[in-house]
Amino acid sequence: MKHLLSAGDLSRDEANLILDTAEEMRSLADRPIKKLPALRGRTVVNLFFEDSTRTRISFEAAAKRLSADVINFSAKGSSVSKGESLKDTALTLQAMGADGVVCRHGSSGAPHLLAKSGWMTGSVVNAGDGTHEHPTQALLDAFTMRRHLGSLDGRRITIVGDVLHSRVARSNVLLLSTLGAEVTVVAPPTLLPVNMTSWPCATSYDLDGALAKTDAVMMLRVQRERMNDAFFPSAREYTRRYGLDKYRMAQLPDEAIVLHPGPMNRGMEISAEVADSTRSVIVEQVTNGVAIRMAVLYLLLSGSNEEEQTA
Amino acid sequence: MSPAQSAEQPEFTQPPQHSGREVLDASDISRALTRIAHEILERNRGADPVVLLGIPTRGVALAQRVSARIQAVEGQSVPTGSLDVTMYRDDIGLKPPRGLEHTDIPADGIDGKVVVLVDDVLFSGRTIRAALDALGDIGRPRAVQLAVLVDRGHRELPIRADYVGKNLPTSLVERVTVHLTEYDGEDAVLIADKGAKG
Repeated sequence: MKHLLSAGDLSRDEANLILDTAEEMRSLADRPIKKLPALRGRTVVNLFFEDSTRTRISFEAAAKRLSADVINFSAKGSSVSKGESLKDTALTLQAMGADGVVCRHGSSGAPHLLAKSGWMTGSVVNAGDGTHEHPTQALLDAFTMRRHLGSLDGRRITIVGDVLHSRVARSNVLLLSTLGAEVTVVAPPTLLPVNMTSWPCATSYDLDGALAKTDAVMMLRVQRERMNDAFFPSAREYTRRYGLDKYRMAQLPDEAIVLHPGPMNRGMEISAEVADSTRSVIVEQVTNGVAIRMAVLYLLLSGSNEEEQTA
Repeated sequence: MSPAQSAEQPEFTQPPQHSGREVLDASDISRALTRIAHEILERNRGADPVVLLGIPTRGVALAQRVSARIQAVEGQSVPTGSLDVTMYRDDIGLKPPRGLEHTDIPADGIDGKVVVLVDDVLFSGRTIRAALDALGDIGRPRAVQLAVLVDRGHRELPIRADYVGKNLPTSLVERVTVHLTEYDGEDAVLIADKGAKG
């Protein structure tokens, strides 16, 4: 594999290879010297057209721990605000010798365009494109669940909230079903995409009915910046029907864990009590994110390009 | 991303297949490891400072076997672990990416200890150079020693082993393969011409 554009592109073996590699990368966090020489001399560009703190910092930490040189590019204060096109930006990066480009863009498919257009030769990692996909988030979620639940084969995972606008949900459904989990998506009818039958998961409008047989529940952020329509009557009604509070959490089986990709709207989709409870693995997801991104960058960038293409 | 390295996975269902000449059999390997265990104890005046680190994949099993022998002789267990050197190799940018092996450093760490690296075959010495770099990122041992089951010569770096199971003069066109019951269903060291599957 040369690029990571979609969680759906990963076979089960490839996904497991990334997760196993991340397991080794994670042990680095306990060492006095948190640095590996694997990507020495390689350049990774963080190309962020959309605001992000944790994903950009996570990729930056991952690349630096692998000894790569990191260049951060954010659209604000760059030539993009002067009207530069994606193509010209890509050609600039190519001329600077970027080996890997981590791309976050507000438009679905932008990383795909970067990878397939021939504008640049480096590897492209999708760090979230529009409402399409966010594969490294799905990988870190699967990694976190695997550390708590063991194999995901046959595990029941419930994803709750704004599925319509969520790239996290789409990537997770694709990856988790590849890994053998049974995924249920719970959302108000207005926040489900129209083509749900093509997704490898079950759907439901009823959160309370799904919780009792769930091994892991993932709460999605209500994306206020994309809410340009009346998707639900009021924030309070959403919270009443689809928010996770301590009473709903009590319905979960004893071993079940609670995930959230962040940033959280405390009091909206998740109550503060749940977010700070012992079942919540939200802070751990951030730690695991660095390990997953190290694994992805290592597997995409460490080898020679020539042999990769023939393989 | 290349497919997972399943080529090294054992297949116990099939009887071990020999191609190539057997230069050490199971009892030769056993005697060599017993001697190495004694030499480690003798040289370090007991097991106290010793930490054994095997280099995956076969060095890990060899380290555990040496550890068991030291335990039997001294009645004292030796911290034993594994050290993956994949990311420290000097050919990392030249080959397709490889999956990582498990690194397991004993809980007490390696600071101030005598680390004995254990590997199956000593050849160019590049793996050991990578291992020395990897150790430097983990701690500062008092000393590092090297134990190998087979030394086949042709060093490309100024590295030598402290404990050698068997010195095996080879030519560069030959291929040395170590089989261990943990992975291959049998104990043997084989030598064959390159190209022939060991």
